[in-house]
Amino acid sequence: MSEEKKRLGKVFLNGVITENPTFRLVLGTCPTLAVTTCALNGLGMGAAATFVLIGSNAAISMLRKFIPDQVRIPAFIVIICTFVTMVQLLMQAYLPDLYESLGIFIPLIVVNCIILARAEAFASKNGVLASVFDGLGMGVGFTLALTLIGMIRELIGSGCLFGMQVMSASYEPMLLFVMASGGFLTFGILLGLFNLVVRRIEDRRRREAARQ
Amino acid sequence: MNTNSTGFLLFMVNCVLTNNFIFSKFLGCCPFLGVSGKVETAASMGLAVTFVMTIASLFTYMVNAWVLIPLQLPFMQTIAFILVIAALVQFVEMFLKKASPSLYGALGIYLPLITTNCAVLGVATLNVTQQLDLIHSVMNGAFSALGFLLAIVLMAGVRERLESSKIPACMKGFPISLVTAGLMAMAFLGFNGLFSR
Amino acid sequence: MSLRLSTAPHIRSPKTTTRLMLNVLLALLPSAAAGVWYFGTRALMLLCVSTASAVVAEYLWQKLGRLPVRVGDLSAAVTGLILGLILPPTATWWMAVVGSVFAIIIVKQLFGGIGDNFLNPAMAARAVLLASWPARMTAYVTASRFGVDAVSTATPLARGAEGSYSYLELLLGNVPGTIGETCKLAILAGLLLLLLTRTVTWRIPVIMLGSTAFFSWILGFDPLYAVLSGGVLFAAAFMANDYATSPMSSRAQVVYAAGIGLITVVIRNYGSYPEGVTYAVLFMNILTPLLDRFMPHKIYGHQKVKEAKKA
Repeated sequence: MSEEKKRLGKVFLNGVITENPTFRLVLGTCPTLAVTTCALNGLGMGAAATFVLIGSNAAISMLRKFIPDQVRIPAFIVIICTFVTMVQLLMQAYLPDLYESLGIFIPLIVVNCIILARAEAFASKNGVLASVFDGLGMGVGFTLALTLIGMIRELIGSGCLFGMQVMSASYEPMLLFVMASGGFLTFGILLGLFNLVVRRIEDRRRREAARQ
Repeated sequence: MNTNSTGFLLFMVNCVLTNNFIFSKFLGCCPFLGVSGKVETAASMGLAVTFVMTIASLFTYMVNAWVLIPLQLPFMQTIAFILVIAALVQFVEMFLKKASPSLYGALGIYLPLITTNCAVLGVATLNVTQQLDLIHSVMNGAFSALGFLLAIVLMAGVRERLESSKIPACMKGFPISLVTAGLMAMAFLGFNGLFSR
Repeated sequence: MSLRLSTAPHIRSPKTTTRLMLNVLLALLPSAAAGVWYFGTRALMLLCVSTASAVVAEYLWQKLGRLPVRVGDLSAAVTGLILGLILPPTATWWMAVVGSVFAIIIVKQLFGGIGDNFLNPAMAARAVLLASWPARMTAYVTASRFGVDAVSTATPLARGAEGSYSYLELLLGNVPGTIGETCKLAILAGLLLLLLTRTVTWRIPVIMLGSTAFFSWILGFDPLYAVLSGGVLFAAAFMANDYATSPMSSRAQVVYAAGIGLITVVIRNYGSYPEGVTYAVLFMNILTPLLDRFMPHKIYGHQKVKEAKKA
């Protein structure tokens, strides 16, 4: 059992860190850039995508033995689409404000490459429980990344965090950051910094390995 | 210039420049970042997307107006649209293979990728949310796609140039492409409000 | 220095770069002096802050990135000074700092440093400031030698303002505008210096100004007023012909310069910004790699073969 737990933990952490869909695989760039004008939208988008990821991963894993190989991609898309429609209807009913501000990017979760990529690369080859954990890990990784980008853009671009004013009143927000251009720039520079850190860590490891 | 042609010009400029799919709506970023390494491939991808987006706008409009709305199934919109688009892409692929092998050779490998290009599903959904009529839906599809084509070809030009630059190692690849796109989006801000007065 | 394949005027060795940049700095001095004369000590402060922060940003980046430190080539100083000159005299010191740091780090160094940037750094920085603090960037005041008085006025470019300033006023620069853009005589003196020292060629500035005048005239505006108002002349002299971001072949340069003129006129008269030259230069910068690619230098041998065939 503890072996099993360890394995599931590894699957989860793989999505959050090692293969973080945003910073390592650079998948699903459209929502990453489009909805991150504030932290809350990033969080909401991440949560919606996580729901779809867990649901579709579980369903595809359950049905993996019945789906013929030739039509698997259309079948995956139909399954993903079902969960997206569920999220869409749930959000419309319970979180209408968030639904409004995320706009067409909720239905567009269907074509978010992270979800299809996980279906193809993981859920169609693994058991239900592992697939659920993979979906959860990827979802959390995506959510964290989106919230981080959203926080940076919101802080610089409007002086707020999660909608609350945090910068002093004399701060004049740099509007560029809540514009489209600021989305590309923030994501690009964060990705560069992320690469820099990873590179430094790898270098240190290599040096330590060489010393031993 | 009569009002009609001014309206048309405004609509076109809006789709291609002001509300560019990449630089202001973030639709189609994956192929924009992924297939913009070379000018030729970028142009092929852009043309393939233009082709599919135009036809998809037409078909999804018909499916929505003539099937989903009469049957009161608007919640089936996303699933119906993605199926229409997938079928359409498949059909376009088969048609091109038979009718124009040379064009198929140029666009062939990009066609399957277009099914999951959010610009296509995006324009279909936007046509519905903005309540455009048939003509405007098709125009929206075609001109937005031309905006995508413009963006991806410009991007490919700049990226080819970057190949010979001494970019810091950690910025190579995606990061510098994103920064480039950000700077380009900033330049496109100049087209804000063009012809809207 | 980068070893990009390019031809004759694009010599990129440290010594000549420094020499060229020194020429540009000298050519900018008349405009800077006129700006300080008209807009007072605040303008002087902004010019110093923007130049200093550009130089410091470049030095720190190269030092921290363990790169060869090349601040001595003066290119960062040129970028900083140009940025200062295209700020409105009411801009704040932190706007100058943000603009300069953005120009040097993000537009220039992230892409590999001098010669590798695809946008003109100062122009891109102005676009950043314009997008970020639109009210502050367009708050122009009447020129006043005794410090800036707070009377905000429409620039000569504001719609319907055509003819509200005489050609003489525009030439001398006693009009609202950015620090370095208003005094056209000073800019012309700088341009003359650049041409005489062969720092730049006549093609881009002249065609760009011609195209601005031509398209303004076509659309029914006063062509001379169009050239003498706003930032067109300054951009033509000091920014559009930046070596790294303009095309190499003469054919491509013609298209490039004419394109800047056209877009400037279109944005001025039909867009939501009063001055379009910033975005016109940036857009044509983006187009430059494609122009270079599809309109390369004519190969002389090739031409000869064709002519021989004709004969």
